[in-house]
Amino acid sequence: MASYSFTLNNKPVTVDAEPDMPLLWVIRDLLGLKGTKFGCGIAQCGACTVHLAGAAVRSCGLPISAIAGQKITTIEGLTGNHLGETVQQAWIIESVPQCGYCQSGQIMSAVALLHRTPKPTDADIDIAMQGNICRCGCYDRIRKAIHRAAASSHVPPATLKKPLIHA
Amino acid sequence: MHKIARREFLRHTSLSGLALILGVTNTNAARAIAKMPAPGSATGLATVPDPGTTTLSPYLIIEPTGRITIINPKTEIGQGTYQSIPALIAEELEISLENVTVLNSWGQDDIPDQGVGGSDSVRGSYMLLRKVGATAREMLRTAASRRWNVPLDQCTADNGAIIHTPSGKKLAYAGLVSEAATLEVPKDPPLKDPKDFKILGRSMPRLDIPFKVTGRAVYGIDMEVPGMVYASVERSPVFGSKLLSYDDTAALQVKGVLRTVRSERVIGKNHSEGIAVIADNYWAALKGRKLLKVQWDHQGFDTFDSTAFEQHLRDLAKTDGLLLHDNKGDFDAAMAASPHQLEALYETPVVAHAPMEPMNCLAHWQEGDKLDLWTSVQGADIIMDELPGVLGIPRDNITPHIEFVGGGFGRRLLADFAGEAALLSKAIGKPVKVVWTREDDIQLGPFRPMTFSAMRGAISAEGKAVAFQHKVISPSIEATQNAKYDRTKIDGTMTEGIDKQAYEIPNTKNAFVLADIHIPMQYWRSVTSSTLAFAHECFIDELAVAAGKDPLSFRLDMLTKDSDTKRMLTKLRELSHWESPLPKGWGRGVAQYEFFAGLASNVIEVSTKKNGGIKVEKVISVIDVGTVVNPDTVKAQVEGAIVMGLVAATKDGIRFGKGRSLQSNFHDFRMLRIHEMPAVEVHILAEGGPRIKGVGEPGVPPVAPALANAVFAATGKRIRRLPFDLNKV
Repeated sequence: MASYSFTLNNKPVTVDAEPDMPLLWVIRDLLGLKGTKFGCGIAQCGACTVHLAGAAVRSCGLPISAIAGQKITTIEGLTGNHLGETVQQAWIIESVPQCGYCQSGQIMSAVALLHRTPKPTDADIDIAMQGNICRCGCYDRIRKAIHRAAASSHVPPATLKKPLIHA
Repeated sequence: MHKIARREFLRHTSLSGLALILGVTNTNAARAIAKMPAPGSATGLATVPDPGTTTLSPYLIIEPTGRITIINPKTEIGQGTYQSIPALIAEELEISLENVTVLNSWGQDDIPDQGVGGSDSVRGSYMLLRKVGATAREMLRTAASRRWNVPLDQCTADNGAIIHTPSGKKLAYAGLVSEAATLEVPKDPPLKDPKDFKILGRSMPRLDIPFKVTGRAVYGIDMEVPGMVYASVERSPVFGSKLLSYDDTAALQVKGVLRTVRSERVIGKNHSEGIAVIADNYWAALKGRKLLKVQWDHQGFDTFDSTAFEQHLRDLAKTDGLLLHDNKGDFDAAMAASPHQLEALYETPVVAHAPMEPMNCLAHWQEGDKLDLWTSVQGADIIMDELPGVLGIPRDNITPHIEFVGGGFGRRLLADFAGEAALLSKAIGKPVKVVWTREDDIQLGPFRPMTFSAMRGAISAEGKAVAFQHKVISPSIEATQNAKYDRTKIDGTMTEGIDKQAYEIPNTKNAFVLADIHIPMQYWRSVTSSTLAFAHECFIDELAVAAGKDPLSFRLDMLTKDSDTKRMLTKLRELSHWESPLPKGWGRGVAQYEFFAGLASNVIEVSTKKNGGIKVEKVISVIDVGTVVNPDTVKAQVEGAIVMGLVAATKDGIRFGKGRSLQSNFHDFRMLRIHEMPAVEVHILAEGGPRIKGVGEPGVPPVAPALANAVFAATGKRIRRLPFDLNKV
């Protein structure tokens, strides 16, 4: 057991964990942020995608010892982020999710793509998004939502519609 | 099979049970609210209404604050019921869904049919829940007319209030509900004319989506309660093994591991043991599990393999089996008399469901045998029907807490993982969260069974199909679960739809040959139609080719009478531009299938790639639903069904070797990915009226056959075995 400090969603955090504990379980079970999902454990499905210094990475295979001192962003960290909320809004307009379980990962991959390629082509989307599986088959809508977000990211997004209930 | 029978039963009886459902007293309502599960610490989901709140129905809570809660018996698993089910009540009650809290039902006795399966959620609830809304609306109108002492017909319901039309006076529902609740429940409340619908029939926003794009949607796997521990369970990779002994010395050395304990998993008649490693965090439990040394007695089941079993199925295909009851004409005579006979064997694989949320359950077995379960299942009934028997405690002792569910596809019509977690909690005296790995999910079943289909048919001199035989050779899902399975009867699930196609073929001889297997099998989205349609509709294509006819014209020529299938295929021909020329090297295939869940059809276009292989270019789909509640949700379901059908047709089946599944995770049980997605067009045939058909499943069956027929059109190569590799055609 050792102590590890890193930045999570722009806040400093410190956890006590075994060095081989994947970031996924640190985020979910030690820090209680449940938006990042467990899907396969072998970096094949992308449900656990987070940002490491702005790039999309699979947190299920990333030991906590490797990320000490780094900047991590999860789906929860997109709130208040201009590009993040633009993408989320596009996802709402295109009614992308079905079961929704893979969508945190999909959105994190899409935000990372748009961050480095503001106007992605279909080929760019194919490359950036093929690490994210959607068993419900929302791929067509994911592509449309990314194009929509790319087209609207130069203007401030409409205020992200808050969840209509339960908030 | 018993589940489908039960679903049908409830669908037929639910309307007559209406008075019972609506005649709820305040005492009952208060009791229902008191038993309502408290929201989990992590959920942020609905808070429990004030126990003093009055209700008009078990489905509906209107609080003095004005907040309206709709109890949803149809768990959201991705199919849109978080919107489409409350919409049925809201439409008639004249409220906007934006102001409604949706709470999943928790197995209460006064709400029927709390399960999601059989594409039945909307069609099974459509009239019932509209009547629930209309009844409440009428009681509120009556209460207002009495309060104001004005005629009832001057009181109009609008946007959560009753308005006295002549004066414009207005009373919100919250101010009327306690009076309304004392009134007699109207037996036959008027329903709205569909032309006045504000919600139904429109592509309304789905209220779950804002949660799902912000990471705030809570799933079973996200639940936490104070004092909980975690478990990962080692189960035999070989089906049918017995646990002899295990050594947990190394596992107990892992920091965080607390103990190990034997576990039990039950799927119907199948009981299997495992070893649970209990730890204070999930990662430690998983690490500990990998260090267990386990001795299994495989009891001979470790010799089972797919290649030998498939040969057994081919041998069985030569036997007669059991004939279906509604065969027509004289098949043997028609075959003998025909100048042109065909025969073919079609083969399909076992597949796993693999929903994105792995199986999981947080169970808390408490004093007095009270049990709370936080889990993802396809409705509270799955827990309430299955677990009292498995656990030996009364139904009333069990409270399921279901939030969002990360996919079901039939896998979560079973609660084996919840029962296992419950027994573990009982054994260790603590709340415990069991999370399956993806390997557990893909390797340990239950699976969709393989079906083999022996097809025979004949065409007349005029080029019409005159004889048709679809003989299914397969395991029976029911037989793998039910010890009392009757081998003298046909498991109707396994021959689903083969006698339900609208084609006017005068002589049929459909049959079923049972193949015994010891591995538990389970319904998978569109059940057996997902494989039988492949054989059925490809063989129709073979007959068309033999007759020298265009495959779609050949089908329509067998549909002289008006039918949903005929209208759908006529529409599909138009929308797919069936007659239009394709680029060189392309091919176009068609298929349709009708079964218990509904009716859909596809035209698929493929191209041949320069250096070999096939690319799926486009899927044009027409689904016949009769009446539509949310068109965008229907489209989404069909889009998803197309992807699921393409995966099952062209990716990896589950193969067994040495008694175990050879596939284990998404690297060898592959999914379609975004770059492989064809263009998709979905058209909804909704001619209205009283007909309403299923949506979630019908899109799957016509995918594989339309694709294989397109491959034939493009290459001349007939695909008779799934899965097939698009790159190796």
